[in-house]
Amino acid sequence: MEKLSGKTALVTGASRGIGRASALALAKAGAQVLVHYGSGAKEAEAVVAEISKAGGRADAVAADLSAPDGAHKLARQARAVVGERLDILVANAGISKAATIEEMTAEDFDKLFAVNVRAPFFLVQQLLPILGSGSSVVLLSSLAAHAVVGTLSAYAATKGAIDALVKHFASVLGERGIRVNAVAPGVVATDMSSFTKTDAGRNFTLSMQALKRLAQPDDIGGVVAFLASDDARWITGDTIRVDGGSKL
Amino acid sequence: MSNPVVLITGALTGIGRATAIAFAKEGARLVVAGRHDDAGQQLTTELRALGAEAEFIRADVRHEDEVRDLVDRTVARFGRLDVAVNNAATEGQVGPITDQTAQSFAATFETNVLGVVLSMKHEVRAMQAQGSGSIINISSTYGHEGAAGASIYVGAKHAVEGITKSVALEIAKSGIRVNAVAPGPTDTGMLTRFTGTAENRAALARQVPLGRFGLSEEVADGIVFIASDEARFITGHVLNVDGGHSAN
Repeated sequence: MEKLSGKTALVTGASRGIGRASALALAKAGAQVLVHYGSGAKEAEAVVAEISKAGGRADAVAADLSAPDGAHKLARQARAVVGERLDILVANAGISKAATIEEMTAEDFDKLFAVNVRAPFFLVQQLLPILGSGSSVVLLSSLAAHAVVGTLSAYAATKGAIDALVKHFASVLGERGIRVNAVAPGVVATDMSSFTKTDAGRNFTLSMQALKRLAQPDDIGGVVAFLASDDARWITGDTIRVDGGSKL
Repeated sequence: MSNPVVLITGALTGIGRATAIAFAKEGARLVVAGRHDDAGQQLTTELRALGAEAEFIRADVRHEDEVRDLVDRTVARFGRLDVAVNNAATEGQVGPITDQTAQSFAATFETNVLGVVLSMKHEVRAMQAQGSGSIINISSTYGHEGAAGASIYVGAKHAVEGITKSVALEIAKSGIRVNAVAPGPTDTGMLTRFTGTAENRAALARQVPLGRFGLSEEVADGIVFIASDEARFITGHVLNVDGGHSAN
């Protein structure tokens, strides 16, 4: 069903994991997708190829979102490709760092906030001229923002920041018809998750969840595609928890 | 699942009615429940005109015998029960706490909470037997916020959210997802009765970031999503469909 036919979308961190699954879901629904990557050029090109092969339109675009002007540069590149209208922004690119309170360094702390909070904030800011009525912004939150899972205090703080931004952005941008929501996955079987790579991590995850299986990126991508669509046209300011019923 | 069997309580007006129509357009087989035979027959005629198999069963959710009968007759008619939308509710007697009585309390809680509990009890029974299913309880923005002059209704909707999460936890191992959809101010008869005056209506609409009330169809789209395969990793969640009202 081509619910997103004719729409343009930018997905950051789309070379793998949840970003890749989101890009594929949006393309399958008919959107033209800009596949952003930081360093995974080959993987990003593979996503573009997969979308093209299925009859869709996609381009890869690189930007270092840890840099202070990374979001600004990406926004300029995006405008060069999609022109005057961006329908969908999925600010997915993010990093994680497991560290105890004692272990955390200022450098790692700053980098977490730079990629996970500053970049999405300034992407929204810089893309506002081409976001308009009916546009949908999806940010990535996390179960970690409200439940203590692992030694992820600094990472969790970045996701708590996202939850706050969703509300403020939605409240202010609502009058322009721009919707802003977040998806909050729990543990997902991606490269970024260390939990899913050990038996102990997997067992912990399953014991925490009501649903007794590990989430795959596709379990998240479908929710992102819903939020991007007109089926969610009255949903804004909300964080959808996609965590198999974790820490209810 | 291509032709899910969907049961909706309080299906004859407002959000329930819009939900029945939305599911019919998706190819579902429907049992619509309510307390008015004429309206029930009218709705089933409309649903069948959309190409859906549909039945009306008269049921008052406050009475366990009628709820048990409703679920059993649904399974007898269609062989299974895939989705249950517990929507039947009343706004009760809106007014300050000093006006409330044991009767006004009971009237609201009987329909809005006991009705949901009895419905879930028998829906779970049917779904456990088949090892799958999705239950959606209708809450409200006021299921997690306060509202002056509506403390009893607010209390009842808070109860619905707590019960939703608890049953989600206990029932996940049976393959059943349990979620709630929390509509914001939606343009229905209940909203008219709730607000009372034109000034109150206008003031409430101004509090919504998207600047207007929602349509029943827009809430129905959220319900259809939560019931769908795209939401397969979502359980124990309360989905806000409220134009950003609760984010404000």
